[in-house]
Amino acid sequence: MTLPDESRIVLTGIGLTAPNGNSLAEYRESLLAGKSGVVPFETRYMPPTVAGVCDFEVTRHQKRKEARRGTRAGQVAVYCANEAIIDSAIDWEDFDKSRVGVYLGITEHGNVETENEIYEITQFDYDTSVWSHHHNPRTVANNPAGEVTINMKITGPHLTVGAACAAGNAGFIQGLQMLRLGEVDMAVCGGVSESSHTFGIFASFQSQGALARHEDPTKACRPFDVNRNGIVVAEGGGICTLERLSDAKARGARIYGEIVGYAMNSDATDFVLPSSTRQAECLELALQRAGLSADDIDIVSSHATATEQGDIEEAKALHKVFGDRESLAINNTKSFIGHAMGAAGALELLGNLPAFEDRIAHATINLDDLDPKIALKQLVANEPRELPKVDYILNNSFGMLGVNSVVIVKRYEA
Amino acid sequence: MNEEQIRLVILDILDKIAPDEDLSDLDDSQPFRDQMELDSMDFLDIVMELRKRYRVQIPEEDYPNLVTMDSTVTYLHPLLKDVESPA
Repeated sequence: MTLPDESRIVLTGIGLTAPNGNSLAEYRESLLAGKSGVVPFETRYMPPTVAGVCDFEVTRHQKRKEARRGTRAGQVAVYCANEAIIDSAIDWEDFDKSRVGVYLGITEHGNVETENEIYEITQFDYDTSVWSHHHNPRTVANNPAGEVTINMKITGPHLTVGAACAAGNAGFIQGLQMLRLGEVDMAVCGGVSESSHTFGIFASFQSQGALARHEDPTKACRPFDVNRNGIVVAEGGGICTLERLSDAKARGARIYGEIVGYAMNSDATDFVLPSSTRQAECLELALQRAGLSADDIDIVSSHATATEQGDIEEAKALHKVFGDRESLAINNTKSFIGHAMGAAGALELLGNLPAFEDRIAHATINLDDLDPKIALKQLVANEPRELPKVDYILNNSFGMLGVNSVVIVKRYEA
Repeated sequence: MNEEQIRLVILDILDKIAPDEDLSDLDDSQPFRDQMELDSMDFLDIVMELRKRYRVQIPEEDYPNLVTMDSTVTYLHPLLKDVESPA
């Protein structure tokens, strides 16, 4: 299946912040070194917990006033988007900003600000006249993408894509589709998370019995391990520039990879519990659209969040599609950084892309005792694995309400 | 608070709202918005901060009194004269 260059969509720039790195190089180094970004964390009302926390330089691309006026998700998005544009080496000053679209996946947005304002009015005997006039612009669902357009003077379309924890992939897919539709000439897309700043997400996972705990924070997130006990909440962002191959070639851009397949579908079964059947169908659809078979995939970046049922269902789906193929490597990024929610899918894909160059599948750490219910022989446990070839990377991202997404990226050969 | 103390409070609020601005050479007789980047949302921040810090309710029709430092201090002094200075 060969598409014309005008329909082939390639990644040309990457900007990210993860709890263990503020650039692709730093992040990749941490993933290969087994370095976690999970730390002790305190949030309002809750007992001490753990979280993935980012330490990027907020004022690198934002004035302090702009940062103060906006949201944490906005700060993350502005940082990552600027870094992605710089990394793309495009002539940004002369680029037609009306032909740039910003598409950012989010799991949730607005909880942080709402919680802050409610806390604030409790300090004033619930006097709503102290409720901030910034509340609405901070909590509208498009906020992080809109902050990017204001900061970077982008006048093309912007929106966020709400897709729970499948949102990072969904951001990439939206960008790809808009390029193929000719709506834009560059998509600044991916996903962002400010989720560690809302106590509600911790409290809700706690009530669900799905909040990870461990005396050593770096060992708290343990996907596929029999002793896993839940999710580590994280913040972060992963944004890339997508362009048509024809445009990327014309300007001599460096190309990280080509998105050759994608799919999204819905479980249509449960608010929380995932469905391996629909996940497998999503995987098959992405492979089919890419014109690939399961044999072609070299690395699967798994979604697993270290919940009991979630990991088992994904393992079932992966086993159904990939069987026991030994050539495959399955890894997991959450084991290092926790669950970066809206950014998770984006960060997990982006952290694997350097494998096209170094042919190394980073590990899934904290996998000391594989859950016997997880029948995956290809897991890259604890130490990175060198592979004979890496031509295709497949990224799984699934979310609540049964939203599933798969993106397949191919190594680009000029 | 006397007028000078009120002025310091306003400067402190402005510094919080507009942290990138150099307020050292602010001309008290000229409008704030001619001397610094201050839009309507920032202006509302001044009103909000006064409300939170001193429970001062400033009705919208009085907003024109908050154009310059001089006019702001003159307007606020009767409202804040019995409030203790934070410094």
